[in-house]
Amino acid sequence: MQHDMHLAPPPLLEIAGLRASFRGPNGYAEAVRGVDLTLQPGKVLGIVGESGSGKSVTMMALLQLLPGGSKVTGSAKFRGRELVGMAADEMRHIRGKQIGVIFQDPLSAFNPVLTIGDQIAEAIRLHDRTVSKREGLERAEHLLDSVAIPQPKRRVSQYPYEFSGGMRQRAMIAMAIANSPDLLIADEPTTALDVTVQAQILDLLQRLREELGIGLVLITHDLGVVAGSADEIAVMYGGRIVERGAVEDVFYRTRHPYTRGLLRAMPRVEDDGEDLTPIEGTPPSIWARPGGCAFHPRCVNAQQICAEVDPELRPALATASACHFAASLPPLAAPSELVGAPL
Amino acid sequence: MNAIVPIGAPILQVDGVVKDFPIRNGVLFGGQADIVRAVSGVSFSINRGETFGLVGESGCGKSTLGRCIMQLITPTEGQVKLDGRDLVTASKPEMRLLRRDIQMVFQDPLASLHPRLRIRDILLESLRLAKLPGPQANARVRELIELVQLPQDVAERWPHELSGGQRQRIGIARAIALEPKVIVLDEPVSALDVSIQAGVLNLLKSLQQRLGIAYLFIAHDLGVVRHISHLIGVMYLGRIVEIAPARQLFKSPQHPYTLALLSAVPLPDPIAERKRTRIVLSGDLPSPLNPPSGCHFRTRCAKAQDICASKVPALREIGPGQRVACHFPTAETAAVN
Amino acid sequence: MADLIDREPAATILVRPVFAAPEQHRRPSRGTVAWRLLRKLPPTALIGGVVILFWIICAATVQFWGLPDPLALAGKRLQEPSAAHWLGTDALARDVLSRTLYGARFSVPIAIAVVAAAVAIGSLLGAIAGYVGGWIDGLVMRAVDVTVSFPPILLAMTVSAALGPGLVNASIAMVIVWWPIYARLMRAQVLEVREREHVEAAVAGGAGSFRVLTKHIMPLCWTPTLVNATMDFGAVVLLAASLSFIGLGATPPSPEWGSMISEGASKFYNWWIAFGPGMAILSVVLACSFLGDGLRDLLDTKER
Repeated sequence: MQHDMHLAPPPLLEIAGLRASFRGPNGYAEAVRGVDLTLQPGKVLGIVGESGSGKSVTMMALLQLLPGGSKVTGSAKFRGRELVGMAADEMRHIRGKQIGVIFQDPLSAFNPVLTIGDQIAEAIRLHDRTVSKREGLERAEHLLDSVAIPQPKRRVSQYPYEFSGGMRQRAMIAMAIANSPDLLIADEPTTALDVTVQAQILDLLQRLREELGIGLVLITHDLGVVAGSADEIAVMYGGRIVERGAVEDVFYRTRHPYTRGLLRAMPRVEDDGEDLTPIEGTPPSIWARPGGCAFHPRCVNAQQICAEVDPELRPALATASACHFAASLPPLAAPSELVGAPL
Repeated sequence: MNAIVPIGAPILQVDGVVKDFPIRNGVLFGGQADIVRAVSGVSFSINRGETFGLVGESGCGKSTLGRCIMQLITPTEGQVKLDGRDLVTASKPEMRLLRRDIQMVFQDPLASLHPRLRIRDILLESLRLAKLPGPQANARVRELIELVQLPQDVAERWPHELSGGQRQRIGIARAIALEPKVIVLDEPVSALDVSIQAGVLNLLKSLQQRLGIAYLFIAHDLGVVRHISHLIGVMYLGRIVEIAPARQLFKSPQHPYTLALLSAVPLPDPIAERKRTRIVLSGDLPSPLNPPSGCHFRTRCAKAQDICASKVPALREIGPGQRVACHFPTAETAAVN
Repeated sequence: MADLIDREPAATILVRPVFAAPEQHRRPSRGTVAWRLLRKLPPTALIGGVVILFWIICAATVQFWGLPDPLALAGKRLQEPSAAHWLGTDALARDVLSRTLYGARFSVPIAIAVVAAAVAIGSLLGAIAGYVGGWIDGLVMRAVDVTVSFPPILLAMTVSAALGPGLVNASIAMVIVWWPIYARLMRAQVLEVREREHVEAAVAGGAGSFRVLTKHIMPLCWTPTLVNATMDFGAVVLLAASLSFIGLGATPPSPEWGSMISEGASKFYNWWIAFGPGMAILSVVLACSFLGDGLRDLLDTKER
């Protein structure tokens, strides 16, 4: 792509109209239905959603990590290069080198019979054959040190099972940044971890972003996780982005009933145990999604049109919202009603 | 001991419960048996119709304690008194009858339901102890399904056909079937989506108000625990380090571990989240095989002194209903500074 | 909340739900489940099933098929296969086809009885051993170890020889050979299922040990046993024939496959005498193997 050097640099990641479907017993089912996202270098994008919302599939789709028989269409440009439809061996040069990936379950991401050091060294050597095995191990040791694993010298020669859950997640982060990627995709990186360990990992990701200037996509079901660390947030539901905006706007000036529902449903440590407001019903399955707006059966504001027409994501005051009534939703009574803590 | 309970009489008293697991090392010849103390001397009591929230991180022994209380595993030491009756020394047939009064809800709602039984049969199974005649039992099943706010046609379905939230409601229906006095809930909402969690929590609260059941609510999520509990106990490496009424615990946590735990919970509020100073604990949980001497938390505690290594801090009363196991609780150290 | 169908079950947080296989949408009745499973069977397994079904029906109804008496003389001795005698006649001028088909009346009931008895005894002992554990487990499993340490044919021969020739004694010998397999299978399954949470839930709900074992554990343990029993059906037919071949099973003039092959073996140039029973045994063993394989592939993926 020939971008004029005087204009703003191309975004790190630019997703447009991305769709992904799985093959099921009765034909294909769309798990992602037209997602548009942009991430600038060094920024953090939080993708929030419940199970089946398509948040993980979106990222797996552009990395070509979906199971065989899935279909991906649309466009996903990484620094101007199209990832959708990219040849498999070309993709291998990008995945793990320019884009690092962190999964939820670090144990299954490691080979149990190889040492952590060997695996990190291998990840480096995979993309740079000039690195000797010995150099690889040395770099692995530095990497473990940089993700704050104590006694890295001893740890490189240990096996995954000898690491605690938090330690394994650090090791996976070390592996993901081994080739100094420009973009890190973290899929529920802290969901399997305890809160105190989660705090450590989130701190670490934040530090890496600041020190290395890595762009970060943080996929999570927990609004709390992205509140402190994301610059921008995309809320997904039923395979689409239903609301997108700067972090404060999404939290304090949300224009979508689902985001509002999520914020009200969260039990918080700051409130006083009054009744929570659940969202009635269950998230839709990708195999049987309601027509119109996917959220309408659970939505308190739903009208006739919601069952018929799937609303587009379009600017509505502070955020972009995919709701027919985005502009006319009742104002939030007071930020503190939703937020709890004083501003 | 009842000094900490302002109202009501205790229905469940846990007194000095200890659980050791032997660990055999050595592959061929038995080897020396090491002992892991998963729960070491835990005592608390729950009042009729109230909720005791037990929080802690994985490996702290909270689930083991729950299973000791349910007598699914036998505690090494200590007493578990249900309405004054010790469950640990009860004989097997006695215990089976006592189970009417103490039931359990599990974390994984799918795994905890028999996969080859329809929902109706799962609920009927739990009514067996009451020996209800057929028509009455069927009527009770309908009543239970209504109590947990599900449509009647779930009775004919299989567990795998329900959503996570619906399954957990069935788990709850099964637990309340015999109108127990106590329910042990082991992480009952942690496998559920956020939007579903709230509904299940509200259901538990309303059932408690209607039926007067006491809950032991085990969880790792402080927000969830705060929402439902009257009294909260914080566990670390097999010991309770702090017990306080819910509001008090969050307003003025006394144990440094409670403080760290609270500060680690991410707030769904970007501004507050950025403003606050987080206490990030260093290092990992020590191995329960070889726990630190004295106070178990001292290796990760900023306040640790010599005394913390030599003397186990006792759980002592520090405010109304608030007890803490720390040599230097927040209230006292703040006064010194 | 009303719409219960068509919901994707929320997976536990640890599993990324996007990769989960699609769950069934409609609530199937038992009949349609059985039909769908049947339709998913690979063709080889279906052929196997048909062959087994043929032999079972043959065993039950062969006397009404209007075949020549398998014990009576039918013209000349040692006739080659012809339109009158499709598989020829043997040394005593008996019709080989008729004898082969009548042979099913020995092999099929024996195989059913031996497999059923071995499954019953083995599963019961294995289930108790797995659930109770301790010294009972030790006792049962040592008995298993001792039994399986002998080669099966040798053990069966020894037991039959000790009990004396005859089909009943041969069957008892074969049960002794086979029960340990089922004890092991069931014990392994019970050990695994016992740890599942719904079993703990049953205990917490006040179910007694017997009920927990029979209602909450054992119903989930039968898949490997079913697959193995299907395959063993063929193996039992083969072993029964082997015992008869060496004179420890059926005695002449009974038209039993093993003893028929034994008679044919000495008449090498009259190949058709052994051909009928030989093909019969081959068809049963192969059919059981095909069906067993098919069932395993089908059930393994269905089981969680």
